[in-house]
Amino acid sequence: MSATSTVATLPLAGANAIAPREAWGHELVELAEGYPDLLVLDGDLANSTRADIFAAAVPDRFFEMGIAEQNLLGVAAGLATVGYVPWISTFVPFLAKRALDQIRVVIAQPHLNVKMCGAYSGMLTGKTGKTHQSVEDLAIFRAMPGVVSIAPADAVELRQAMRAMMAHDGPMYLRVTRDPSPVIFGPDYRFEIGRAALLRDGGDVGIIATGVQTVRALEAVELLAVEGVHAALLHVPTIKPLDVDAVVALAERTGAIVTAEDHSIIGGLGGAIAETLAERRPTLMRRVGWQDVYGESAPNDTLLEKYGLTPRHIAEAAREVMAARG
Amino acid sequence: MTMTEPGVSPADVAGRPALADLRRRSIEVRRLILQSIHTAGAGHIGGPLSVTDLLVNLYFDRMDIDPERPDWPERDRLILSKGHSSIALYAVLALRGFLPIAELATFDAANSRLQGHPDMTALPGLDMSTGSLGQGLSPGVGMALGARLRGAPFHTWVILGDGELQEGQIWEAAFVAARYRLGNLTAIVDYNGLPQFGWPRADGFTREAPIEDPGGKFRAFGWNVVECDGHDHAAIRAAFDLAETHVGQPTCVVARTVKGKGVSFMEGDYLWHAKVPTADDLARALAELDTLSAAEERS
Repeated sequence: MSATSTVATLPLAGANAIAPREAWGHELVELAEGYPDLLVLDGDLANSTRADIFAAAVPDRFFEMGIAEQNLLGVAAGLATVGYVPWISTFVPFLAKRALDQIRVVIAQPHLNVKMCGAYSGMLTGKTGKTHQSVEDLAIFRAMPGVVSIAPADAVELRQAMRAMMAHDGPMYLRVTRDPSPVIFGPDYRFEIGRAALLRDGGDVGIIATGVQTVRALEAVELLAVEGVHAALLHVPTIKPLDVDAVVALAERTGAIVTAEDHSIIGGLGGAIAETLAERRPTLMRRVGWQDVYGESAPNDTLLEKYGLTPRHIAEAAREVMAARG
Repeated sequence: MTMTEPGVSPADVAGRPALADLRRRSIEVRRLILQSIHTAGAGHIGGPLSVTDLLVNLYFDRMDIDPERPDWPERDRLILSKGHSSIALYAVLALRGFLPIAELATFDAANSRLQGHPDMTALPGLDMSTGSLGQGLSPGVGMALGARLRGAPFHTWVILGDGELQEGQIWEAAFVAARYRLGNLTAIVDYNGLPQFGWPRADGFTREAPIEDPGGKFRAFGWNVVECDGHDHAAIRAAFDLAETHVGQPTCVVARTVKGKGVSFMEGDYLWHAKVPTADDLARALAELDTLSAAEERS
């Protein structure tokens, strides 16, 4: 198994929480010092994505492109050909969907070094409703040849992922969530592109999670532990390239897999794991995520409950798949 | 903002290629286009023939480039946003020394560097991949902005088809280019007025131009606008002079062109947008170009 064994703390509700978007803005400022070619391009959302932190600190490398995302991505492509490294500041839907053909033709196909950051990813977008939630972005980027896709679990991992992105030449997608979420990684954690991290070991069932759902998956592991179920938790921050060996090893050890993601169960993490295991190690699975639906406006906790993304739902899926395995 | 119509002078300019040389280059490029499309059995004809003189003028009279160093950081940039006219760009690049002329026979074939639409990862000398219409001007804005940030002296030229001006992204880019006052950016509209299928007229036979008065629209977006005859090398040179030296605003050169230019039976016929010439068509077309060439030699 290639996964790094890392001790992660159990999240404490409310305490120790940092909004990933804030961390994103601050990390850009820090990266700018070491990378003179780093630029930030905004689609008139800087005070939501928190690119405004960068704009205030490094104003001569911040470029407002207005509410025109197709052009935003195209301008980034042109800047990349001149050796700059543009970081995109907008919301996932306007990036992955509104400007999809631009990403395809002038960024992914020419393999240009553009860092596409989608703020307000997933369901938890602060009462905005289905137009601003993103159910299919990982599926889209995962299907694009040569595009690296990353969904960090917390602010610590997000900042490390950004450093790795800066050191990597090529088109990349980064999921950034809006609201404060618990920090689970300590300062000793080391993110690597394409590498999964085994956060909890156990032989009864394997939970594979990505993005901030990993925090809820950790809680699910605790719920199961109370019942005497030893669940392993594999955190997969890089959806592509996928750490196939780590996934297969977990399936071999447990024979029962649950995936957890704030994304459609189609085409994202659950889809990727199902494809991988079907080829390498057929294993019974349950996929926790959006069940092929669009969302709606509501408080985050209400949405998690209604759409089945809570730790309780993950634990229930684990029990189900264990029962099915026998 | 005023419309600038460059004075057209047939006179040659010291230190620049002779106009007759440019005209001879254009005839040669048209020959290569026709032969390549015939050989490939696929590709576009009308658009490449309409954009030929603009490309010849850029590559033989205007742009600061070096075929030995296609990735030279300070080279002038060219984006053929109307990527379906790729064969015209390949023919010009071949004559300019970026690739062997014989390689044009591989156009559209497996493993060729000459993809149906320009692929910058396949052929050195291509500054941007294009093919999905309406997308070329935005990377041009990025290049011009990048040149300014770098303090680099290069100019960015983007050739747009008039048809793709129907794409909204063009106007997103036009707005931002004016907003950033990109005087080092020029958009050239190959205004041949003839779309692939187009908007039908009442008579059911002729086709309407895809967009009226492109110059007026760019001017409304804050651009400097120059118009010229897109087949007259003296006029193109004068327009490009104005575009390259204009400061504080990007320039749009509206080049009036004829789709299928240079071959009488292709000119103005929308059916020649992407029709492959038969051996007989090719012989007739090349004979017409021979006649033009002979006339050029006599003058």
